[in-house]
Amino acid sequence: MAYIIEMLNITKDFPGIRANDNITLQVEEHSIHALLGENGAGKSTLMSILFGLYQPDAGKIRIKGKDVRVTDPNVATRLGIGMVHQHFKLVHNFTVTENIILGMEPRKGPIIDIRAAEQKVEAISKLYGLAVDPRAKIEDISVGMQQRVEILKMLYRDAEMLIFDEPTAVLTPQEIHELMHIMRRLVEEGKTILLITHKLKEIKEVADICTVLRRGKVVGTVKVADASEEQMAEMMVGREVSFHVAKGPAQPKEVMLRIENLNVKNNKGVLGVKNLSLEVRKGEVLGLCGIDGNGQTELVQALTGLTRIESGKIFVGDTDITPLSIKARTDLGLGHIPEDRQKHGLVLDFTLSENFVIHNYYEKPYAHWGILNPKAIRENADRLIREFDVRSGQGGDTPARSMSGGNQQKAIVAREIDRSPKVLVVAQPTRGLDVGAIEYIHKRIIAERDNDKAILLVSLELDEILDVSDRIAVIFNGEIVGIVNAKETDENELGLMMAGSLRKNVPPARQSETSASVQGRNA
Amino acid sequence: MKATLILEMFPIALMFASPIIIAALGGLFSERSGIVNIALEGIMMVGGFAAASVTVLLEPSTPLAPWIGLLVGIAAGIAMSLLHAFASINLKANQVISGTALNILAGGVTIYLSQIIFHQQRTRSFSNGIQKMTVPGLSKIPLLGKMFFIENYPTFYIAVALVLITWFLVYKTPFGLRMRSCGEHPQAAASMGINVAGMRYIGVLASGALAGLAGGVMVLTADIQYTIMSIHGTGFIALASLVFGRWNPFGVLAAGLFFGFSTALSFYAKDITFLAKLPSEFFYMLPYIFTIVALIFFAGKSVGPKAAGEIYDSGKR
Amino acid sequence: MTKRTEKVLMPLIAVFLGFLLGSIIVISTGRSPVSMFSAMIRAVTGIDLVNGMSFNPRYIGEFIIQSMPIILTGLAFAFASRTGLFSIGAEGQLMVGSLAATAVSLLVVAPAAVHVPLVLLAALLAGALWGGIPGLLKARFNVHEVVVTIMMNYIAFHLNNFTILNVFGSVDRVKTAFFPQSALLKDPMLESLTNGSRLNWGFVPVILALLAFSFIINKTTFGYSLRAVGYNKEAARYAGMKVNRNIILSMMIAGAFAGLAGAVITNGTFNFGRALPASEGYGFDGIAVALVGANEASGILFAGLLFGMLKAAQPLMQSQGIPKEIVGIIQASIVLFVAMQYGIKMILDKLASKKNASAEGGQE
Repeated sequence: MAYIIEMLNITKDFPGIRANDNITLQVEEHSIHALLGENGAGKSTLMSILFGLYQPDAGKIRIKGKDVRVTDPNVATRLGIGMVHQHFKLVHNFTVTENIILGMEPRKGPIIDIRAAEQKVEAISKLYGLAVDPRAKIEDISVGMQQRVEILKMLYRDAEMLIFDEPTAVLTPQEIHELMHIMRRLVEEGKTILLITHKLKEIKEVADICTVLRRGKVVGTVKVADASEEQMAEMMVGREVSFHVAKGPAQPKEVMLRIENLNVKNNKGVLGVKNLSLEVRKGEVLGLCGIDGNGQTELVQALTGLTRIESGKIFVGDTDITPLSIKARTDLGLGHIPEDRQKHGLVLDFTLSENFVIHNYYEKPYAHWGILNPKAIRENADRLIREFDVRSGQGGDTPARSMSGGNQQKAIVAREIDRSPKVLVVAQPTRGLDVGAIEYIHKRIIAERDNDKAILLVSLELDEILDVSDRIAVIFNGEIVGIVNAKETDENELGLMMAGSLRKNVPPARQSETSASVQGRNA
Repeated sequence: MKATLILEMFPIALMFASPIIIAALGGLFSERSGIVNIALEGIMMVGGFAAASVTVLLEPSTPLAPWIGLLVGIAAGIAMSLLHAFASINLKANQVISGTALNILAGGVTIYLSQIIFHQQRTRSFSNGIQKMTVPGLSKIPLLGKMFFIENYPTFYIAVALVLITWFLVYKTPFGLRMRSCGEHPQAAASMGINVAGMRYIGVLASGALAGLAGGVMVLTADIQYTIMSIHGTGFIALASLVFGRWNPFGVLAAGLFFGFSTALSFYAKDITFLAKLPSEFFYMLPYIFTIVALIFFAGKSVGPKAAGEIYDSGKR
Repeated sequence: MTKRTEKVLMPLIAVFLGFLLGSIIVISTGRSPVSMFSAMIRAVTGIDLVNGMSFNPRYIGEFIIQSMPIILTGLAFAFASRTGLFSIGAEGQLMVGSLAATAVSLLVVAPAAVHVPLVLLAALLAGALWGGIPGLLKARFNVHEVVVTIMMNYIAFHLNNFTILNVFGSVDRVKTAFFPQSALLKDPMLESLTNGSRLNWGFVPVILALLAFSFIINKTTFGYSLRAVGYNKEAARYAGMKVNRNIILSMMIAGAFAGLAGAVITNGTFNFGRALPASEGYGFDGIAVALVGANEASGILFAGLLFGMLKAAQPLMQSQGIPKEIVGIIQASIVLFVAMQYGIKMILDKLASKKNASAEGGQE
């Protein structure tokens, strides 16, 4: 069998760490080859070497049987290697065509021949079933479409080998399904695909061969058809993995968070949350799932006071918090673990100690008469570090920036849980974390539930929603389209609701004019 | 009566507008490529000084002295902007700080060299700067001819030509597409094999050339010599025009004309009854006040290049 | 390299490179760097190294008064900077500060014990108000403060000239009438102590301002929230801090420092309000001071004295045949080198790691 890509005995060192240790990867032509590993296993480094972003310290690369030196991405492009980056590299106010032709523009004299370009983009798009409008602006199209533009960029440059770097992280289940279809189509048309992922399900669905990396080394290469998900997971993690979070049955008590007929505008000025009502009880986790951009962000921001609402009411216990500031809501017992920990959860240039008191730095014992008490702040940090097992180089004095993602998230979880809020709003708590950290954070969320807290878990990861929640609410287009018990549902049902094609147990809207009209439409 | 006054204002308004437009186009190139350039003022000073000095020195030997002066002004502007490019592209300097440094430097260098060359705090005065001209033929067009083609400085036509050239380059050519991509999303540009640093060098050096030219144009039309006051904030007005014109060449043209007229108005105010009572300082303030109002008006709509001012690190993916 | 040593070392390297470059320019234009440096030494110590070691304390007095306003404008830039704002507005805030000082000096009749504090307060408030406007626009409309503060500088400049010339009726189209003695920071005792320099009590508000800066930023909860906003506005907002209020307050306090500088100049260095042909660049000096001083009070004190020394040495240089504008060149290049410190650091790190690598290679 002919190998189109061969990376032989690749070793790459970074200060203090051997990211790739004698890795050999051989990819057959016209196949989908998966590269599986946890965060930090060395997948990205290996692909960066193949794509010319890094140079290996040892080992060699062969493309189509010929030894090559990939000194920079342009060399990779010339060799027919293309990369679909995890974070799209698209210019938001350019059109689809402009993004695709950038750097290889067809010309008429000195002028870009935009019409010829559009025709070519359309033709390639048709050939691979991508269905992209070449004249649309990037900022106006969905994330799934944007990813197709990324793929088109490679195809426009006649790439034969396509590297997909965690391509499904930002996609909805339906989009993932379509992407898998596109990938198979690409292989049929003669391309070869390298799929980097840590999601076993995808590998099982689409890949032919899977190479597993752990801590910079190859654990093994298996035929996907012959290996079970459990086997591959064990190879990846190095021990048996329990896919399910251990938890007892929930014991829900009285309603702690009540949302009534909430309307919130999104940043484009239209309603992102429409007449939404929801209740979360003490002692339960309510999971909110939905395709990204269906109103989750607006809902969370409205709950925490970060954005103004159009109408409706939010109660914590019996208190109407709608007129209250962010601060007042926090003081009343609303905790928030934000979606983007680095942008919203932490001040990265503050030390860990300083980050721990970000809500109550002005209160005793951390301050007195407006003057800070560094000793009390440090003692608080020492305690939280101990209790929550936050790993940091210099204890409380560690700059938050220098900590790993998992420990940053642990620090936020520690801070929010320590305040013992009555209601905890948790958004995307495990995005980008490794299995160990995910397990820990899930355990903590369950422990808080058992501690009689009301928890609203917002996540794009269906597995997480299914594992951690007691009840699941599905949001579509700003509305709740279904509420189900976690034990009585599955991915298919949720997927249908998320796509708006199924409604189930929609809560009755409360007394208001708008609610009547919504009900009328539902009926 | 009033109509003739407005017509009379045209040559002087266009004289003031020309350097504003040219320098603002410079700012456009720089910011579109992703580098903020608040050193337009300083570069104009250096360009103006160079142009004036060369004019003074060559005047006895050639009638082309002012035009050679402009070319040298362009070269001096490029040299000055090279510093900004090196600091902000290679050494990842904060672009506003680097620009501030250049503005301080310009005041120092020009007067320092004046003292060395002319032994005084300013250049010697030149006897002829750039001369006004009447365009044959076009000047016969009713109204328009009087407004734009009789007794005007040719520098205005240069400015308009540059607006057209800039528009063509930025919006129609592969070069423009690539440059704009560097100002919006340099990582995307780099991933497509575009040399981000190279494009930004071109953007910044173009801004140096244009601001240098603008400085020369300004001194050789509106002044008789270069002094520390010759540019008096015109570079910042150019910056304002860039914002006011929403980073678009035609917008810049309109904004530059607007500010040119508001400057001219301060000279003619005493002849206009309802404006005569206002102090001249009021008119000096106008462009700055208008800019702030415009900024408030555009608030919330992101119109500038997204990555302008950000330090681009090729290691960051 | 630890963060602390880096914070001290990088500005020092920049200062060294700035002086080096200045010397090269002086040499290449046929002048002597020795007379340049002896002028600087004389400006600080009052001792003339070149001509028979004569001592004149007047130079020391002049050196101190040159340092005072730029320390204040340095504090102004640094304070806004700590809240993540890039304010170029100290120049204009200083101008309205001096205008307010002029107004209170001329219009209020009071004993010195009341008049002087009133003058300082008025300047401080005027500066705060002028700084508050871009702060408000930033907070309310998210308008970028760099452009607004530049525009505000020019508005303040023309406003100052207009008021001095038309409202206070300048005698000679340049300055107002002399202020009453009760409004002045001047003191014959200080002047005679320094052989007739313009040294005045202005250094007292300067020292108080330095202490206030350090205390607010480092010790108070308000300072904590300002720094949080400066590092990460969004995280501060998520934590419930009043980000917009902090932005406005920070710009106002920054403006207050600069406004105070205006009073120190009009009522200390001079004793009349002035119409100006062009702005005097105190605001830009302040940016240089704050950058070299790494936005810390102690650093700003030293950097302010450094640049004050350069300014004080200007007339001495001119009399030695060195164009005094060399000071602007040196100052600009120091700022440029400070701005480049990230790049310089990268180069140093690269050299260091190469050295380490070769050392490791040797061991194997």
